[in-house]
Amino acid sequence: MNDLRELYQEVILDHGRKPRNFGALPDANREAHGHNPLCGDKLDVRLKVKDGIVEDVMFEGAGCAISVASASLMTEALKGRTEAEANALFEKFHALITGEADVSLDQLEELDKLAVFSGVRDYPLRVKCATLGWHTMHAALENNGETVVTE
Amino acid sequence: MNTESPIIKPSGLDIARIRADFPILSLPSNGKRLTFLDTAASAQKPRQVIDAESHVYEAEYANIHRGVYDLSQRATVAYDKARTKVRKFINAASDREIVFVRNATEGVNLVAQTWGRKNLKQGDQIILSEMEHHANIVPWQMLREETGLELVVIPITDSGELVWEAYEKAFTSKTRLVAMTQVSNALGTITPMAEIIKVAHSHGVPVLVDGCQAVPHMPVDVQALDADFYVFSSHKLYGPTGVGVLYAKAKILEAMPPYQGGGDMISSVTWAKTTYADIPQRFEAGTPNIAGTIALGAAIDYIESFDRQALLAHEQALLEYATERLQALNTITIYGTAREKAAVISFAIKGVHPHDVGTILDFEGIAVRAGHHCAQPVMDRFGVPATTRASFGIYNDFDDVDALIGGIAKVQEIFG
Repeated sequence: MNDLRELYQEVILDHGRKPRNFGALPDANREAHGHNPLCGDKLDVRLKVKDGIVEDVMFEGAGCAISVASASLMTEALKGRTEAEANALFEKFHALITGEADVSLDQLEELDKLAVFSGVRDYPLRVKCATLGWHTMHAALENNGETVVTE
Repeated sequence: MNTESPIIKPSGLDIARIRADFPILSLPSNGKRLTFLDTAASAQKPRQVIDAESHVYEAEYANIHRGVYDLSQRATVAYDKARTKVRKFINAASDREIVFVRNATEGVNLVAQTWGRKNLKQGDQIILSEMEHHANIVPWQMLREETGLELVVIPITDSGELVWEAYEKAFTSKTRLVAMTQVSNALGTITPMAEIIKVAHSHGVPVLVDGCQAVPHMPVDVQALDADFYVFSSHKLYGPTGVGVLYAKAKILEAMPPYQGGGDMISSVTWAKTTYADIPQRFEAGTPNIAGTIALGAAIDYIESFDRQALLAHEQALLEYATERLQALNTITIYGTAREKAAVISFAIKGVHPHDVGTILDFEGIAVRAGHHCAQPVMDRFGVPATTRASFGIYNDFDDVDALIGGIAKVQEIFG
């Protein structure tokens, strides 16, 4: 059970059940649709970006606890950041959950709550779940309106 | 609620002994007893099959239908024997009607690309069901792109049965083929294939049967069914991956143009003209999966060493017990409650995504499929993105069902 709790931490279960910033964002000026064909998860990420700053971000869709919680925590982490900061945070988050690079203590601090996803690195098949929202956010910032596919 | 395993011992079957034949089942999974409930995706292999395949490479290997030396002859004889075993296994009339392919998917593609291209044109119709596997949808959609043919999809009921009246009324003067599954991989539904074929034939329409999930569970007789095409995969039948079977009636195969060109499928080659080999070699270009095909023969020998009715009864007892215990949990919805079902249960746990269910069950050593089961139209039909699927094989026992129920309790503990 210890291992399970490491993956399904209370924060993840909470955000999976009650995602924050969930719904439409009528005045969004960036948006993308994300889809994981392997499990059928679908997420829309919408952002309101002004002068290079993410003023607001919302998401909508359906997925597993990991993908919904990840998108939810992402929206909390992004508000007020610049586009460059948002993309840099995605890179750090990606490194954390894939275990591709060692994440320093400083970086862990910067990832803050997002560090709860560190358990995902032991489940390569679930990495796509944890990054679906982030990939979609990234696509929304880069190319408005594109569908992102992770599989 | 009944929490004890019922003491049911179908005649003549010793499940513990069957389990001992499968080396992988004795290995722990996440430190627990492996509860393998994903046989519908691919079955585990008995020692007899593993040994047969390695025996080929250790003692009997050479290319077939070529050398005159002893090894090549022995490999050729063993390969041809496998064809005879398959023929007997599905009671085809002749070895010439058995074409070896990579898997059932290739079997469907072969029919679409040869028979289909030759016989189907714009406006022609193919009848499918709403519960087909992608392998029996996409090859026809690809052919539709090419020819402009039409796909007519027969709906299924809430319990996952074919809407029979819709099927009977679907035939028009343009109907050229019925392509349908005998057992749904996503729902477990057993379709009334003999009746389906009878109706099609009364309209002069041939039928392709996707037998992937049928062949491992029940005896199949293609002549009694009067199937025109029948496809299945070795790997779902406790045999190796990379081998599949396409059965077709000889007179249909004889009229079909070749599939891929190359060695083994020709009778003579000159720069001016090449003549093709007779069936079935015409459809088997290049060196085939020799060892795998011989091992498929071993898998058939293995299955046939049991009383198949007893195997079926055992799997049905597992299905009944698992269904009963799942239904006793009020958080479970089962998708696919047809009257005739194979030992496959698709279900959802209220409020928990199948992928989370799959991961938590994995912690308990339980392997289930979580996803759309390569049958997205079925998922759409029931309005779910995915389900969790437990599917049973000849090596599963009542402990496996109890483990599943225990695993679901863990899921609810975490997500409750």
